[in-house]
Amino acid sequence: MTAPAERCRDDDPRIVLSARAIRKAYPGTVALKGVDFDIHHAKVNVLIGENGAGKSTLMKILAGIEQPTSGTLHYRGEALHLAHPREAIKRGIGIVHQELNLCANLNVAENMFIGKELKGPVGTVRLDRQRRIATEVLTRMGQRINVDALVQELSIGERQIVEIAKVLVSEVDVLILDEPTSSLSKAEVGVLFSLIEELKRQGVSIVYISHRLEELIEIGDTFTVLRDGNLAGTGTAGEVTVDWLVTRMIGAQMEGPLRDGRAAATFADRPVALRVEGLEASGVNGGLALKRLSFSIKRGEIVGFYGLMGAGRTELFETLIGLRRALAGTIEIEGQRLPLDGTIAERIRAGIALVPEDRQKLGLVPNRSVADNLLLANLERYAGITGLRSGRMRRDVSRCIDELMIKVSDPDVLVSTLSGGNQQKAVLGKNLLTEPRILLLDEPTRGIDIKARRELFEVIDRLAESGLTILYASSDLGEIIGGADRVLVMSQGRITADLQREELTEARLVASSQVQRRDTRKESA
Amino acid sequence: MMTDSIGTTPRAGASHSFRSLPLLLLRLRAYLALIFLVVLFSLVAPSFLSSRNLVIVAEQVAVFAILGIGMTFVILASGIDLSVGSIAGLSAMITGYLISEGLRLPFVDVAVFAHVVLVCAAALAIGTLVGMINGWFITRLRVTPFIMTLGMLYVARGAAQLVSDGATYGDLSGQAALNNEGFLLLGTGRLLSVPIPIWLMVALALVAIYVTRRTVFGRQVFAVGGNERAAELSGVRVNRIKIGTYAISGFCAALAGLIIASRLGAANPAIATSYELNAIAVVVLGGASLFGGVGTIGGTLVGAFVLGVLSNGMVLVGISDFWQTVITGAVIVLAVVVDQLQRRVEKSMSERRARQA
Repeated sequence: MTAPAERCRDDDPRIVLSARAIRKAYPGTVALKGVDFDIHHAKVNVLIGENGAGKSTLMKILAGIEQPTSGTLHYRGEALHLAHPREAIKRGIGIVHQELNLCANLNVAENMFIGKELKGPVGTVRLDRQRRIATEVLTRMGQRINVDALVQELSIGERQIVEIAKVLVSEVDVLILDEPTSSLSKAEVGVLFSLIEELKRQGVSIVYISHRLEELIEIGDTFTVLRDGNLAGTGTAGEVTVDWLVTRMIGAQMEGPLRDGRAAATFADRPVALRVEGLEASGVNGGLALKRLSFSIKRGEIVGFYGLMGAGRTELFETLIGLRRALAGTIEIEGQRLPLDGTIAERIRAGIALVPEDRQKLGLVPNRSVADNLLLANLERYAGITGLRSGRMRRDVSRCIDELMIKVSDPDVLVSTLSGGNQQKAVLGKNLLTEPRILLLDEPTRGIDIKARRELFEVIDRLAESGLTILYASSDLGEIIGGADRVLVMSQGRITADLQREELTEARLVASSQVQRRDTRKESA
Repeated sequence: MMTDSIGTTPRAGASHSFRSLPLLLLRLRAYLALIFLVVLFSLVAPSFLSSRNLVIVAEQVAVFAILGIGMTFVILASGIDLSVGSIAGLSAMITGYLISEGLRLPFVDVAVFAHVVLVCAAALAIGTLVGMINGWFITRLRVTPFIMTLGMLYVARGAAQLVSDGATYGDLSGQAALNNEGFLLLGTGRLLSVPIPIWLMVALALVAIYVTRRTVFGRQVFAVGGNERAAELSGVRVNRIKIGTYAISGFCAALAGLIIASRLGAANPAIATSYELNAIAVVVLGGASLFGGVGTIGGTLVGAFVLGVLSNGMVLVGISDFWQTVITGAVIVLAVVVDQLQRRVEKSMSERRARQA
């Protein structure tokens, strides 16, 4: 930690926005315990910390969404009080939230101008001008998203880009990015980074929050680490390394792969758990999301699905669980063919379970307890003559909480109060209670920190050892390389590579994820 | 004005709509249903197309449409307003009171009779105010819209009864001596041989279409209905927008009450009882989603015509009251079923295109 005397003074012109002794108390917890934070002019100011360290709370205070219990903000040397997000927006403080905040019923251009509509005479909206500016911003970002498309037709990755574009349509002075890359693939992260460089040149100060450490080292100029609501360290580019960050985040060193992979030979004489032949399914925008997809997976294997945004990983999982109807092909579980028009309930009975990417929307009932959520998918099993058998339910819940290491004081606590990592484990637990044979995990570590990620993979490893077949989709190379026994790379709805663990390199994965991009563009032209 | 322009948000794949006849028929179903009903009733009941009857239909439709337009704003912002029938009743009773008895000042035994324009303005202002009270309780005190407006349904109806102690004001024609004649013109007068209520409906609809399509307020109503939190975080004054929608609904309800009272030439406290259900039905028939964010004023107008023609035609054909009620309910449910069907057809068509590609 820097000594107070060395710290930049409040009237330092290089500091755009400074927070001093920020404290934020919620009923029952203190999220921030007197934190100082400086945003340097035209720099990427990295803020890092585990879940619950207070990063998001601090950012919400800077964006006027929350008000600090005590402490002061200074904007270009003047005291600043932000009672409402609108006041922050007016001063050019823009925030891209970790959770997506778009109106699905409106189109891309309209979403980008919500709350800052371009007004013509007598309160009219200048829709054409909004469209033109929206198109310009997206083009500058190197994106080919149609501004007339409804947001509900976009994939999560595309929505994330719209979310960033939304901040850029107005003049920003300070841009806060709260985990902007959690659902972007490598190529898109590249696009984002060149955009950030461009913004820096224009004099925009950036606050960047992420869990991907290599990414932070690459982009960051100054670094601030939070731990349990306290400042755990500050540093500048050059002196900061991944180890330096990790040490301050959790106070201990951690490196190496997420789990030990198992060689192909291990699975040689195991039965095939899942076989897919010639699977086809349509996408949202009328194209084919899956194009004659074939693969087979042995029992107990952990298979990672890598690919760029829109490669079809989510669509594949949705088709397997029956959420999306397959147009052609076959799906076999342990040699048994499943009807293509089967319902989700039938697929679950056949032994498939899906942990969706958007766990808050699709995975949990936020206003119910952890126990209720865990039992939700499987209530029939507890039905007795006298109603639900509470003893068995309690036993299964506590077993589930123990096995998955869900950190919760009491199973009757609201699930929405858990941290991201523990919520993810709760979704996992809910699905495990249905006793699946094949578990599908879509971006299982989206928005959860390294420690929770490591724990999650420990759990996955143990489940695979006990005979569960696991498929997971991820855009994170480290997670793919360090977590899977085998990796299937997808591009444009096809499988473009099937790599064993020992063959995995970043270069090969990235190369195969780009395959056929050009061909498809020709097709659609 | 009812076709989609760049400013609105056509559904996915709208550009392909003309390639498939069944889908096109589904999309235009509200209009087709209206045409079908008109043709059917004019064949079965020759008096249906008589100008006398058409005026009756249109007057009935005008009231439904005006209530529906207000309701559309509320529903677009994912609210609901159950109090519009009572507000209409209250507005009618206040008008009746001001015209028949005048405003009695306390302590001095004087009654002030105002010009009808002022009387109408007062009734409209009170309706708007009641709507704002709805909005204020819903936004500031976090009462859910259903409960708040259900409560207001009782409160406003009770207030309407209190105005006259439950009695009816039997003659609203006013007196020349008091210079308050002319109220009946609102409901029974004609301009270019079209009844005034129709003109009011058209004018209100044009303004509402403009507001929803082209104004900041209108676009923010859609944003609030689509994702309230996103709107809030983008700096939209969500509470104001919501209060605004209830105020509009209250204003429209008061206007409907004026028209009804003027047409009857009398005001009684039971006017427009259960009309809130008609208003909601009209909006739903027009294709709006009760979850908010989806719907158009044009759709609501068509919905009002479908409901108006249906109820008038059934009377002419001689269908019993009880069956009329059953059929009306069935048509409302059918509208939603067909809406879902359209979505499914659109989806399977885009799948088929995807396979051919």
